[in-house]
Amino acid sequence: MLYAILCYHSEAIVGGWSKDEDDAVMEKLEVVHQRLATEGRLGPVARLLPTSAATTLRKDSDPPLVLDGPFAETKEQLLGFYIVDCDDLDQALAVAQELGRANPGGAYELRPIGVFYPSNLPQDAR
Amino acid sequence: MSDLAWIDGALAAARPQAMAALLRYFRDLDVAEEAFQEASLRALRNWPDKGPPRDPTAWLIFVGRNAALDSVRRKAREAPLPQEVLISDLEDAEADLAERLDGADYRDDVLRLLFICCHPDLPATQQIALALRIVCGLSVAEIARAFLVGESAMEQRITRAKARVAKAGTPFETPGAVERAERLAAVMAMVYLLFNEGYSASGGEAPLRSGLCDEAIRLGRLLLRLFPAEPEVMGLTALMLLQHARAQARFDAHGAIILMEDQDRSRWNGRMIAEGLALIDKAVRHRQPGAYQIQAAIAALHARSPRSTDTDWPQIAGLYQALEHHMPSPVVTLNRAVAVSKTEGAQAALALIEPLGERLSAYFHFHGVRGAMLLEEGRSGEAREAFDRAIALARTPAEAAHIRQHIDRLQAEAAQASPK
Repeated sequence: MLYAILCYHSEAIVGGWSKDEDDAVMEKLEVVHQRLATEGRLGPVARLLPTSAATTLRKDSDPPLVLDGPFAETKEQLLGFYIVDCDDLDQALAVAQELGRANPGGAYELRPIGVFYPSNLPQDAR
Repeated sequence: MSDLAWIDGALAAARPQAMAALLRYFRDLDVAEEAFQEASLRALRNWPDKGPPRDPTAWLIFVGRNAALDSVRRKAREAPLPQEVLISDLEDAEADLAERLDGADYRDDVLRLLFICCHPDLPATQQIALALRIVCGLSVAEIARAFLVGESAMEQRITRAKARVAKAGTPFETPGAVERAERLAAVMAMVYLLFNEGYSASGGEAPLRSGLCDEAIRLGRLLLRLFPAEPEVMGLTALMLLQHARAQARFDAHGAIILMEDQDRSRWNGRMIAEGLALIDKAVRHRQPGAYQIQAAIAALHARSPRSTDTDWPQIAGLYQALEHHMPSPVVTLNRAVAVSKTEGAQAALALIEPLGERLSAYFHFHGVRGAMLLEEGRSGEAREAFDRAIALARTPAEAAHIRQHIDRLQAEAAQASPK
């Protein structure tokens, strides 16, 4: 079974780390990443940019509504995610709109990725 | 680093939060400022011996508040509060205070204080001057420089602003949503001045007071949470991120300035650039260009060029021209001249620069840029004069050293050219 581990923390605290503090945390995490990768158990890993960089596409209206800022509702739950390669936000919104036409309702939050490690899972290496 | 340098840094970093908390408590600018200064003095006395407290900000607020209360009570012949030497051992009190200060409430204090300083009863220039003085603790000289005015004029402006705030009755109520929107432009200007003070670092020893830049960026992100759909706030935050991303590459090991075209671009902070570019992407969708967005777009063109030779100078020159419409200023024209020198040559740039002389005669960069352009045109004598003016106006040793390189080269060339 593949598991997604979703990372939550206070943005004010993590965003307030100095570069040295941040590097120190990343170095410690890297030890765990490396071990899991050697065991062939680590899928893609992403560190997201702050929520201030986020845009939300509400797809429960037609046409869908583009809103600045992160997804902020509590009555909907995180059910999945995509990682797509786009030149800019407009292109990413076009992808989200296409997905939204296939699956209306709810919302997509578009958040640029700051750090990305590709998958090390053996079945992904084909 | 010596103890004192460490304490200096800690005091500067703690100042915005501590001042905001003290002001919220005392509701009087002068009392809060005195309380913070008293606490800083006691920190300088105590920390070298006792070691730094776990949370310097909480310590300063606690000690500052008690010192101010103490002086009030002394006047009323009441018993004094515990000495701050004992406070360091009062683990419970300190932990309790730190806990109460923690969280969003505490963090928002600074931003709230900025909105308060931008009271509409004050003219814009006084609002910003007051905020820089109270929130950031910049000296009058530093603020005067940021505004391109004389020190005594700025001193007057701040005194007048304080008097006006005091007269306005209850100015320290937290402004509501409508007031916040009205005061946004002034607060953004203030945040950017704070950033620039860290970025160009006058007066102080460090060539880059990174803490001020980090604080300004933090405030920018916080503003974005309050105004998530405001493209100029996105532009401002992007601009600061893209500029600060170059921090590691801007000075060599001896603290000398490295010009952008000579910087090792691998030392630019990729994550900050990514965040800045993402914010510009968001802003552009609104199709409401503004001064911060245009400046961010210029910074983005630099950030997107893998090598300095890849820089899209024609587009940068065009963006500066657009910026002149949104924010007419001789400094903007000076920057456009630099871009024009890359596309059309030094002569075209000088044609733009010369008319600015009267307004920028006290501006270091004006004479530095003018000297470099004259040099390129082979007008060595005039270039030498311009560099001499620039050196006289340099505010940091790094700026002076940078200009000295030009002068030394001119002298070496002159020596070579002269007959034996």
